[in-house]
Amino acid sequence: MDKMPRWADVVLIPLISLILAAILSALVILFIGEDPVAAVKLMVTGALGSTYGWGYTLYYATNFMFTGLAVAVAFHARLFNIGGEGQAMLGGLGVALICLMVPWPHWSFALVGAVGASMLFGALWAVIPAYLQAARGSHIVITTIMFNFIAAALLNYFLVNLLRPVGSMDPASARFPEAVHLPTLHELLAPLGISFSKAAPANVSLLVAIAACFLVWALIWRTRLGYEIRAYGHSQTAARYAGISPMRITVVTMVISGGLAGLMAVNNVMGEAERLVMNATEGAGFIGIAVALMGRSHPFGVFIAALLFGFLYQGGAELALWTSIPRELIVVIQALVILFTGALDNMVRMPLERMFLAIGRRRRDRGEGAPLPRPTPAPLDKKE
Amino acid sequence: MSFIDLIQILDSTIRLSTPLLLACLAGLFSERAGIFDIGLEGKMLMAAFFSAAVAAMTGSVWLGLLAGIASSLALSALHGLASISFRGNQLISGVAINFLAAGITVLIAQDWFQQGGRTPSLMGGGRFTPVTLPFADALAGVPILGPIYAELLSGHSVLVYFAFLAVPATWFVLFRTRFGLRLRAVGENPAAVDTAGVSVVRLRYAAVMICGVLCGVAGAYLATALQAGFVKDMTAGRGFIALAALIFAKWRPWHALYACLLFGLLQAVALRYQNIDLGGVVIPVQAMDALPYILTVIILAGFVGKAIPPKAGGEPYVKER
Repeated sequence: MDKMPRWADVVLIPLISLILAAILSALVILFIGEDPVAAVKLMVTGALGSTYGWGYTLYYATNFMFTGLAVAVAFHARLFNIGGEGQAMLGGLGVALICLMVPWPHWSFALVGAVGASMLFGALWAVIPAYLQAARGSHIVITTIMFNFIAAALLNYFLVNLLRPVGSMDPASARFPEAVHLPTLHELLAPLGISFSKAAPANVSLLVAIAACFLVWALIWRTRLGYEIRAYGHSQTAARYAGISPMRITVVTMVISGGLAGLMAVNNVMGEAERLVMNATEGAGFIGIAVALMGRSHPFGVFIAALLFGFLYQGGAELALWTSIPRELIVVIQALVILFTGALDNMVRMPLERMFLAIGRRRRDRGEGAPLPRPTPAPLDKKE
Repeated sequence: MSFIDLIQILDSTIRLSTPLLLACLAGLFSERAGIFDIGLEGKMLMAAFFSAAVAAMTGSVWLGLLAGIASSLALSALHGLASISFRGNQLISGVAINFLAAGITVLIAQDWFQQGGRTPSLMGGGRFTPVTLPFADALAGVPILGPIYAELLSGHSVLVYFAFLAVPATWFVLFRTRFGLRLRAVGENPAAVDTAGVSVVRLRYAAVMICGVLCGVAGAYLATALQAGFVKDMTAGRGFIALAALIFAKWRPWHALYACLLFGLLQAVALRYQNIDLGGVVIPVQAMDALPYILTVIILAGFVGKAIPPKAGGEPYVKER
């Protein structure tokens, strides 16, 4: 049977979903008595109008790249990792421990150490649900949700009872030493003669995130393991028949996914706060779901979607500052994006598919045009 | 710990179990019909806001309750549309609903009341008042049984009694009526139900709507009975604890009651004592917070009995296959 052309699946459907989400968001803004056009203008100038705005946009985008990649990798094996939030929290714990315990001589060594520690802690928090899913059949969505809450309690315990400096009332760790301070974009770009805002938190972890996008792309499409992950995601029975161990793929995929989510801590804990605070993740783990869905689980798509959400986050903060629209507008937009690109995907897809099929038929009736190529199926659309 | 302390802890257990129980039974209906619902939290939150908002504006808690149920039903309809009609991913739909509720409640609260995303405190007729059971005052003097009746069982809001009566009602509907049999069948083997000439879509919508009503009551209870008004994110993960209780109860109504009472007890103890000193070993309050989730993971892992969800849960039904 003919299918839609690939560009429609990869570009058109997310675009239409995004437009639907934007229209509904505009209606919400109208409903609370504000002007959507003015709001968008304010968001654009606030997020992209200055290097300060860009600095925040890129900082948020860095977070979302990591968590988006984490969800995307799991999607390829048809696993829904909803525990990015908890894995990122644990990653933060790893970063805090290694930054406070080890006397680092230079930030570059500390960065390597922190990347290792955050990935290890994030992966540890993902491997238990993965093992339970593979060995005991407990649903990974439920276990990762539970692990988010357990992570929050664990972090609370660590911050209140163990990491809090003596005499401090604030449930937060001590400040990291000066030596582990990661260079911000201001410091990185200054030698090149580019002046960038000093106050903005975007830092060298942005480069780590971009590198992670490349590595994930290479892993998924250029390695044997990536092939096995995708094969397992397409058909578990076929993968098993081909000698791919479900246990191994589930655990390895979740280790990679949890590691990526944990890696976010290098940006927000080490790069921005420079200490571990309660609720450091600020829901970025969940935004990863929206980012991965919008980016169609492709690292490049995740990169673009993360930038978009970075823009929304910084723009939303500006809106909250200058108008009476609260920051929660972003949560609504995020919900609408998840709804349209994820849950209501078929609502957009089915009419489009019919349209393209009709066009294809008409062309064939006139005796021209080759059959349309097969699109890659979106992850998580249906179980086989 | 004295007898009065015990009564007080159990009393607050009942009050804290009520929203869990309502949400848990809500999830029970939905998941028994094969529709996974991780949006319980969002529906409760939405209902909490609209019930408090309408109660604050009209001064009538009953109108508030109706508004809460209506708003929760709207989200249920959305979940049904996504997961039944458009055969989308039920988990993703649930995630979206949670975020939608978290955002939109604050947005509207700020627009309507300008109090930083909360509603004004509810007073007088805007709240559910305690119901004194018959003879509670007269029997209060009787030793042991008197306080149990007068303090523990009497003096809750009408929604508490509704929640506890909903347990046998749910059991009866699911296991003693034709509708219940079909509803359970549609969660196990929708094709068989379809072959028998019963509409899978209609049954699943019915289950999702019942879920909406119960979540609505749960949310209204939170904002108009347990507390006096809506504050941002006031459900505080209760929807997920209810989900945990549902798994803990292995999707059975009476066990749901026991699980919710247990998790309510944990909350009550964590609320009253910060750290519990058990002769040398101190249990930190965070351990109490995490316990429901840890217990659920253990149950899910099948170390204590096996939790087997409804067989067709989470899968959209495609007729022509």
